[in-house]
Amino acid sequence: MYAKQLSVFIENREGRLEQVLEVLKNCNVNILSLSLADTSDYGLLRLIVDKPETGYNYLTENGFSAILTDLIIVKIPHKPGSLQNLLKFLSKSNINVEYMYGLTISGEEASVAMKVNDFEATRKIFDNLGVEQMLSDDIMKLNN
Amino acid sequence: MIWNEKAECMSRDEMISLQNKRLKETVKHVYDNVPFYRKKMQAKGIEPEDIKSIEDLPLLPFTTKDDLRDNYPFGLFAVPKKDIVRIHASSGTTGKATVVGYTREDLEIWNECTARCLTMAGVGAEDIIQVAYGYGLFTGGLGAHGGAEKIGAMVVPMSTGNTKKLTTMMVDFGVTAIACTPSYLLHIAETLESEGEIDKIKLKYAICGAEPWTVNMRKQIESRLHINAFDIYGLSEISGPGVACDCIEHNGLHVCEDHFLPEIIDKDTLLPLPDGKTGELVFTTITKKGLPLIRYRTKDLTDITHEKCNCNRTSARISKFCGRTDDMLIIRGVNVFPSQIEAAITELKEVTPHYLMIIDRVNNLDTLEVQLELNKAFNSDEIKAIENINKKATVAIQQAIGLAVKVKLVEPNSLQRSMGKAVHVIDNRKID
Repeated sequence: MYAKQLSVFIENREGRLEQVLEVLKNCNVNILSLSLADTSDYGLLRLIVDKPETGYNYLTENGFSAILTDLIIVKIPHKPGSLQNLLKFLSKSNINVEYMYGLTISGEEASVAMKVNDFEATRKIFDNLGVEQMLSDDIMKLNN
Repeated sequence: MIWNEKAECMSRDEMISLQNKRLKETVKHVYDNVPFYRKKMQAKGIEPEDIKSIEDLPLLPFTTKDDLRDNYPFGLFAVPKKDIVRIHASSGTTGKATVVGYTREDLEIWNECTARCLTMAGVGAEDIIQVAYGYGLFTGGLGAHGGAEKIGAMVVPMSTGNTKKLTTMMVDFGVTAIACTPSYLLHIAETLESEGEIDKIKLKYAICGAEPWTVNMRKQIESRLHINAFDIYGLSEISGPGVACDCIEHNGLHVCEDHFLPEIIDKDTLLPLPDGKTGELVFTTITKKGLPLIRYRTKDLTDITHEKCNCNRTSARISKFCGRTDDMLIIRGVNVFPSQIEAAITELKEVTPHYLMIIDRVNNLDTLEVQLELNKAFNSDEIKAIENINKKATVAIQQAIGLAVKVKLVEPNSLQRSMGKAVHVIDNRKID
């Protein structure tokens, strides 16, 4: 029902990010978008990839601390105010966005990935608004 | 100046005869009043009458910090609780504290010994002394305080924590002496320097202890503050600060051996070692009534001499310590055992039981970082969830050791595993 995000807990030290990417390269997993939340000691690398399960399995086998979590990914018009317009409806319903990052931009359209504190309510709001939501399969297609 | 010339300068024969008498009284006291000692002596087939002089010390059983823990809190006290007027406590190797108790007479002896040490450093009735050890369960604050009051100095009970207030009062009051840890004194010196007030102070003496420091550190303190600094030693089990202190000769710490009888033993064979040989320092308290301890193993490594000092004192002198026989760390004057960290984190399911302590000294203040592995099952895609685990672990460790700590979460399986003794401590402090 939701898109999958692959998150990896990594220490904030030289080379560690590159080692994660090397594992993903070796299992032929393609990254569609990523965001890195960091503190002085560690970071959380959040990835949207074409094969989340494969990436998760390979990373875990290689000793990385990875998890899969849900995300909502929506398509919005690539023009000023469209994201604000969307969030207006969420804030009216007291839904909190935990984090968000951009995904792809293609001519007329853009897409954003978001983690919210109430997935079910958010999905309903977007459904009512007619906002197109993408699932893992849709993201696979972006890769083709 | 010598506080108690009779006690500190008596001949070796007089001292031995006094120690013989007091040792015999103490052995009888513990045999009669402490079941722990009576059982231990009976197990060795010894009666109090078998101890005729300090030559017979090796017949007596040892006491360790574990014995104090096993008899927590008051099991080794030798007097009824109503005769105990003060309690102090220090860290034990596990969660339980080591509790010590004093009768009014014990406190008087403790103050007497601390008064000798302060006098040895040059402090007198005309001095104004800031006591900047922590006041409370730790013996440092109240111990130095009692001795300073006894000699009639004007005592400013600063305790620790507010350096700005301390330096302001040091200047405004014309403070002439200070008692604190050596690393804190260097921090005070830096504060005075950065505030441009170093030339306004009237400080003459510092009595520093509660943590290991080197001759080089003493010289640095002395040249930066233009004072004389002295090394005071003590441990709560024996009394507190004032067990020994060095004089202006800086040639070993004079032990108050008419109250605390020192021995040096081989840490492996446990046999007595002659003067000059390095081993574990062992004390028998020979005047304490509340919590007398027989052959208490301090785990501090040093050597001893009974030669008369150039300062005219005849009391035995121990050298600066060259290490410990256990893994106890002293961080900002607080005793810390790695096992305390272990006990605290094994209760947290969010982290694995592996840990690494990294100790450093930044601007002359000790810092402690503890690295913990995030448990895979508690991984998250949200920073705040990880931060909460960090906070939870920080609180747990701080409560266990009573010291501020920085927790750093690291990846699972990233801390070193070892088949034998794992490395849990990296001490980057350059004590010289």
